[in-house]
Amino acid sequence: MIEEQFTTGESFIHSLDPRVKIIVAILFSVVVAVSSNFLALLPALAVSLFLIILARLSMRRVFYRLLLVNGLILFLWLFLPFTYQGEALFTIGPLVGTKEGVLYASQITVKCNAILLAMIALLATIPVFSLGHAMNELCFPDKIVHLFLFTYRYIHVIFQEYRRLINAMKMRAFVPGTNMHTYRSYAYLVGMLLVKSYDRAERIHRAMLCRGFNGKYYTLSRFSIKIGDILYLSLMLAAIVGLVFLQWRATA
Amino acid sequence: MESNSLVINLEDISFSYPGDKLVLDHLSFHLHHGDRIGLAGPTGSGKTTLLHIIMGLLRPSSGRIELFGKPASEEKDFREARRRIGLLFQDADDQLFSPTVLEDVAFGPLNLGKSPEEAGDSALKTLARLGLYGFENRITYKLSGGEKRLVSLATVLAMDPEVLLLDEPTNGLDEETQEKITDILKGLNLSCIFVSHNLDFLSKTTDKIYAITKRKISLDEPLAPHPHIHAHRFGRLPHEHKP
Repeated sequence: MIEEQFTTGESFIHSLDPRVKIIVAILFSVVVAVSSNFLALLPALAVSLFLIILARLSMRRVFYRLLLVNGLILFLWLFLPFTYQGEALFTIGPLVGTKEGVLYASQITVKCNAILLAMIALLATIPVFSLGHAMNELCFPDKIVHLFLFTYRYIHVIFQEYRRLINAMKMRAFVPGTNMHTYRSYAYLVGMLLVKSYDRAERIHRAMLCRGFNGKYYTLSRFSIKIGDILYLSLMLAAIVGLVFLQWRATA
Repeated sequence: MESNSLVINLEDISFSYPGDKLVLDHLSFHLHHGDRIGLAGPTGSGKTTLLHIIMGLLRPSSGRIELFGKPASEEKDFREARRRIGLLFQDADDQLFSPTVLEDVAFGPLNLGKSPEEAGDSALKTLARLGLYGFENRITYKLSGGEKRLVSLATVLAMDPEVLLLDEPTNGLDEETQEKITDILKGLNLSCIFVSHNLDFLSKTTDKIYAITKRKISLDEPLAPHPHIHAHRFGRLPHEHKP
């Protein structure tokens, strides 16, 4: 159900140590998220575009992903220009669009796309299992790492269980409508899924115990920091510091 | 029989699930080194429960458990024993949790303290032994039912267990995969307990078959396995006969 579309590739970005990529992705997104000036945001967008190009991903797929998020941002464009107080820029009938509103909406658009592109280039290029392992190495809490990995693995199984239940309902002539019977049946469905998932979690844990699991993950892949990683890390840190500087100078 | 050849020793085990009636009632059971035992019985008769008690996943309300000559009562004791006893679960989806086959098969060996190289190596060898060539990079949840069962078996065998416990290994499999699993199991030189309601399978793979009936386990009347040939309509299709 979840396809890891971007994990296969031979690019420089793919060859980087996942830990380095995670650190850069986190720092970059935090800095971009708190920046508010276009003098910092536009260079940030350029940096993430550069990363995408460096990762040599299928542009069509990247574009499709961006489309999904920008669909949401479209709603901001529908509302923000008209609800934000400020200098009038244009009018549509009784509605007045403000300059501040438009600027604010464009700021969010640039931010979102810059962060998303960086995430695609840096995080989506790591296979999920390595991502979990790298999170482990970076001292993320064990529980978060396990939750992350198991959610990934079992969403598919739970989805299949959901399909089976839905089919069982359809086989007995269930047609959803706007009535109590429908609401109750859906509530049963969700409740049943929760109970089943809980039971399954229990069984999986037991199966893992039987194979010597003691709360620690070991993986086949070992990470090693290479010259390329250090170079990349220093370059990106410099870029991020640069972005902070641009933001600071613009507001100071 | 020497006492040191006693691998699993259950004495007077009783067990019930919370709020439910007794599943096991003062049961005693022994597995000696080299024994191949089949457990037959209807669903809900406590076969799975018995296996889970041996592994320490469920704790009996009374009774004594000895594994490899040592009493086992705490998690620590069972943790030690689990390194030497392999249990195959009924539902392969419970067993396979890693994204790829190789990672899943290597999970056990890694937990045993092998280096990633050794673990990967023994995983590949086990897969090859089960005829699963080229499976290592397959995605676990995209495997077919039969493939999942075989890979689950590989995950257990990769740990090189001394004792093998299998819970309904042929359940829901087509004829061909059933035969494949039967052949693999016949070729293993391990002490084992196979739980199944498929008597044909048990008689092919084990030396002794015990029966579990009426929600109590009575191990005092071993059934005599006997191969026989019979014919009826649709006999070519996979099917089972009631004991």
